[in-house]
Amino acid sequence: MGDILGSLREIVGERWVSDRPEELWYYSRDPGVLEPHRPDYVVAPDSVEQVQKIVQLAVREKVPVVPMGNAMALTGLVIPLKGGIVVDMKRMNRILEVNERARYAVVEGGTSQGALKAYLQDHYPHLRHSLPDAPAATTIAANVALHGQGRLTQQYGFNSEMVCGLEVVLPTGEVCRIGSPSLGPYWFSRSHTLPDLSGLFLGWLGTTGIITKVGIRLYPNKKLRDLEIFVTDIPELVPEAIYRLTHLELLEDITAWFQPKPLMFKDNYHVTIYFTGDTEEELEFKRKMVWGCLQEFIDSKDGGFMGVDPLKPQLLEMPQRSVAEFADVPRGGGFEYSGPITLVEHFPKYAEKVVELARKYDLLYSGMARVISGGHAMMFAISFAFNRADRDMMERVKKAMDEATEFALQMGSIPWKPNFMEQRMILEKMDPVTRELIHRIRRLMDPHGIMNPGNWEVQ
Amino acid sequence: MWALRYDPEICRECPSPRCLLQCQYMEMGEEEARGEILKLSRGEDSRVLEKCMTCYGCEEYCPYGNHPYFLICEMREKRGIYTAPRPITNQWINMTQMQGRALIGKVGEVVLSSCLLPSLGTMASTGEIFSQISSSMVFGAEFMCPAVHTHFAKMSVVKERLPQVLDNFRKLGVKRVICLHDECYGTFTTLAKAYGIEVPFEPVYYMDFLLERLEELKPKITPLNITAVYQRPCSNRWIPEKQDVLRRILDLLGVRLLDRNHQGERSLCCGGILRLVGGYKLADEIQRRNIADMADTGADYCIFNCPACQETLGSKVAKAGLKPIHIIDLCKMALGEISQEEE
Ligand SMILES: Cc1cc2nc3c(=O)[nH]c(=O)nc-3n(C[C@H](O)[C@H](O)[C@H](O)COP(=O)(O)OP(=O)(O)OC[C@H]3O[C@@H](n4cnc5c(N)ncnc54)[C@H](O)[C@@H]3O)c2cc1C
Ligand code: SF4
Ligand code: SF4
Repeated sequence: MGDILGSLREIVGERWVSDRPEELWYYSRDPGVLEPHRPDYVVAPDSVEQVQKIVQLAVREKVPVVPMGNAMALTGLVIPLKGGIVVDMKRMNRILEVNERARYAVVEGGTSQGALKAYLQDHYPHLRHSLPDAPAATTIAANVALHGQGRLTQQYGFNSEMVCGLEVVLPTGEVCRIGSPSLGPYWFSRSHTLPDLSGLFLGWLGTTGIITKVGIRLYPNKKLRDLEIFVTDIPELVPEAIYRLTHLELLEDITAWFQPKPLMFKDNYHVTIYFTGDTEEELEFKRKMVWGCLQEFIDSKDGGFMGVDPLKPQLLEMPQRSVAEFADVPRGGGFEYSGPITLVEHFPKYAEKVVELARKYDLLYSGMARVISGGHAMMFAISFAFNRADRDMMERVKKAMDEATEFALQMGSIPWKPNFMEQRMILEKMDPVTRELIHRIRRLMDPHGIMNPGNWEVQ
Repeated sequence: MWALRYDPEICRECPSPRCLLQCQYMEMGEEEARGEILKLSRGEDSRVLEKCMTCYGCEEYCPYGNHPYFLICEMREKRGIYTAPRPITNQWINMTQMQGRALIGKVGEVVLSSCLLPSLGTMASTGEIFSQISSSMVFGAEFMCPAVHTHFAKMSVVKERLPQVLDNFRKLGVKRVICLHDECYGTFTTLAKAYGIEVPFEPVYYMDFLLERLEELKPKITPLNITAVYQRPCSNRWIPEKQDVLRRILDLLGVRLLDRNHQGERSLCCGGILRLVGGYKLADEIQRRNIADMADTGADYCIFNCPACQETLGSKVAKAGLKPIHIIDLCKMALGEISQEEE
C-alpha cells in the first residue's frame, strides 16, 4: 500500500484530510443503533476533479470509498463497514444555477437542503424544492441517493423522482453526465426519450458512484401555507380519508400519525393536511374542500377536525423539528426509524405492529406515514427513541427494528434506506433474477468493489 | 354521584321559556320552545338534544336559575349523544387529565389560578397589578375547572374531576382563589352550586381583583382614549352579574366600549368550540357575522376576556382592522407597561 495519506493531502491539501483518531471516531458512526466502524482516512474534497482523483487513488490502492453527506440517514449507510476513505462532501456546497422559468436548480454533491432553501428564499421566493423534515444540514445528493421524501412528495413523488440531471464520478474515476446535461448545457431532464441511466445511481446508496452535481426540480412557492388535522379513533378510516383527500388534487403534504404522548394524542390517529395558496380566498377554498370531503365521518362522529391554532407555529415549520424533539424524549438523543414504502391501505396493520413492538420491547414509539404521489404509496415510519447511554435499550431498539423489517417484507413492502443487514434480508427475499441483475450491474460499474462496500452486496 | 338541582316544576310554571326563545342557534316560537323544554323536563327526546351548540346562553336566559343547559348536557350523556366527534371528545378528556405535573408557586392564603391556560400565567406573572400575588400562582390540570367537558356532554367527567380540583386547592390550604379564567370562577360558583358541590375557598373573580388594583394604582393610569368592542366568552354566561365589572374597568382606563348588536345576551361564540360541535360552515358563518358586527362600529380594539377566544378569533379580527387585546394587557397598557405600538 502506498502513502495514501500523502496522496490525499496532495489532492485536497493538508487541512482537508485526516487520519487522527478523534476525527475518525466521529466519522465511524451515525446517530442510529448500528455499531461504529472506523475509517482509515477522511477527506473533504472541494471539486469534481478532487473527487475523481480520490476515486482513482482508491482504485489504485484497492481501498473502499464511502461518500458521505451529513450522516443523518440513521441506518448506518455512511459507516465505513470495511474501513477505507470516507469522502465528506460538505465542502462541495455551491448552488450552481437556478433556471427560474424551467424551474430547476443545479447544486453540487454536498449542498445542504438548508442552503438551497435559504438561497431560494433570498433570490427566488416564488420557488421551492421538496424539503425533507431531516435536519437542514443534510444533503440533497444523499437524499436522492436514498430515495428521500419531502414536503412535495405527496404531489410530485419521491425526491429522487425530481432529479433532472446528474453528474457522477464513477467507481472507475470517470466523470459521467446523465440526462439532458449529457447533450447540452441544460439540466431540465434526467432521461426523457433516452434510456434512463439515473436509475443506476438513485437508490444505490453511494455504491455506484459519487454524485458531484444534481439537477433538482423546483416548484411554485405559494405565499401562504396552512393546515388542518383530521382525527379519528378508527385506524381503518385513515386510508379512506387519505383516498378522499388525494382525490381533491389540491393538497401539498399529507401525513398520518399517532403517538401515545403527550396525552392529547393518545388513542387517536391524526391526518395532517397541508395546503397552500397565494390569497386567503385560495386557502379558504381549499380548507372548505378538505372539510367537505370528510364530512361523512364528522356526521357519523367517527372523526373530526381538531383545534390547531396552538400547534400551528410548530407544525408549519420547515423542516419540522418535532421529529428531532421526539428523539430526545427518553434523553440521550438516540432515534431510529424504519420506513417501509407500502400501500396506504396497509396503514392499520402497520399501526398495530408499531404498538405491538413497542410493548414487546418496552420502547417509546411514534408512527408516521407520509403519502406519496397522491396516494400510490406511503412511507410508514416506525420510530423508536432511545438513550444512547443505555446499551440494553439500544439492543431492544435493534431487535424491534429487525422485526419491523421482517414484517414489512412479509407485507410486500419495500424497506426504505435499509441498513446493510436489512439490505441482505431484502436481497434474500427478492426474485433471484432481479437479485442477479443487481449483482451484475454492481460488478460492471464497480469492478474493484470499492464503493461503499458492504451495502447492496449480493453474497 | 352529584345530581343536578333542576326542578321540572319551575319549568312547568314558567310564564315564558326564555331559555330556548333567546337561543341564537335554534329558531323557535314560544309554543315550540315551551314544548321542547317540557319534553326535556320530562326526560323525553327533544330536537334540542341534537341541535344545541353548547353556547351556555340558556343558563343566562333562564330567569329562575333552573339550569337548562346542564339539563341538556345531562340528558345528552345519558342517551350517549356525542356533540363533537368521539375522537375529539376523548382528545379533550385526555389532554386535560391530571398527571401530577401542576406548577405551584409560593402559595399563601390567596392563590392566583391560571387554569390550564399558559398565556394567562404569562400575563399575570409580570406587572404591577399582580406584583404582590404573581409568585403565588398555580397552573395545571390539577387546578383546571373541568367545565369545558360540558361542551362535549361529558358531565360524568365534570362531576368526577371537579371535586378533585377542589380538593387540590383545599390541600394547599388556601382561603381565596383568584380565578384568571371566567370558566373557573363560573364553575366554582354557578356550576358547583347547581350540583350542590361545596367549594372549600372563596372564589374571586379576576376582574374584581383588577378593578381593586386599578383603583389603588389610579395615579399611574394614563387614559388610553381608545374605542373598543368586547368579545364576551361563553363562560361569562354563568356569571352575568359580573358584566358590569368590565365596564367599570374600561371607564378607569379611558376606553370607550362601543355598542354593537352581538353583545350581552346576544353575544356570539368565538367559533372555537362551535367548529368542533357545529362544524366549519356554521362556525365560519358565526365568525363572519360576529366580526362584521365588530368592524361596523369602527372600534380601534377588540377586547378579549378568554385566551381561547383570543387564540381563535385574534388574527381574524386583526384582519378586519381591529387590534386584538386581552383585558389584562389593556390594563398594563394604561399603566405604561406595554406600549400601544407593541400591542
Ligand atoms: C429528525 C430526522 C428527520 C428526517 N426526516 C426525513 C424526511 O422527512 N425525509 C427523508 O427523506 N429523510 C428524512 N430523514 C433521513 C435522512 O436524514 C435524510 O434522508 C437525509 O437526506 C440524509 O442526508 P445525509 O446528507 O445526512 O445523508 P448521509 O447519511 O450522509 O448519506 C446517505 C446515503 O447517501 C450516500 N451519499 C451521500 N452523499 C452522496 C453523494 N454525493 N453521492 C452518492 N451517494 C451519496 C451515502 O453513502 C449514504 O449511503 C430524517 C432524519 C432525521 C434525523
Ligand atoms: S329553563 Fe328557565 S326559562 Fe326555561 S322554561 Fe324552565 S324556568 Fe323557564
Ligand atoms: S346552550 Fe346555547 S345553543 Fe344550547 S340550547 Fe342553550 S342557548 Fe341554545
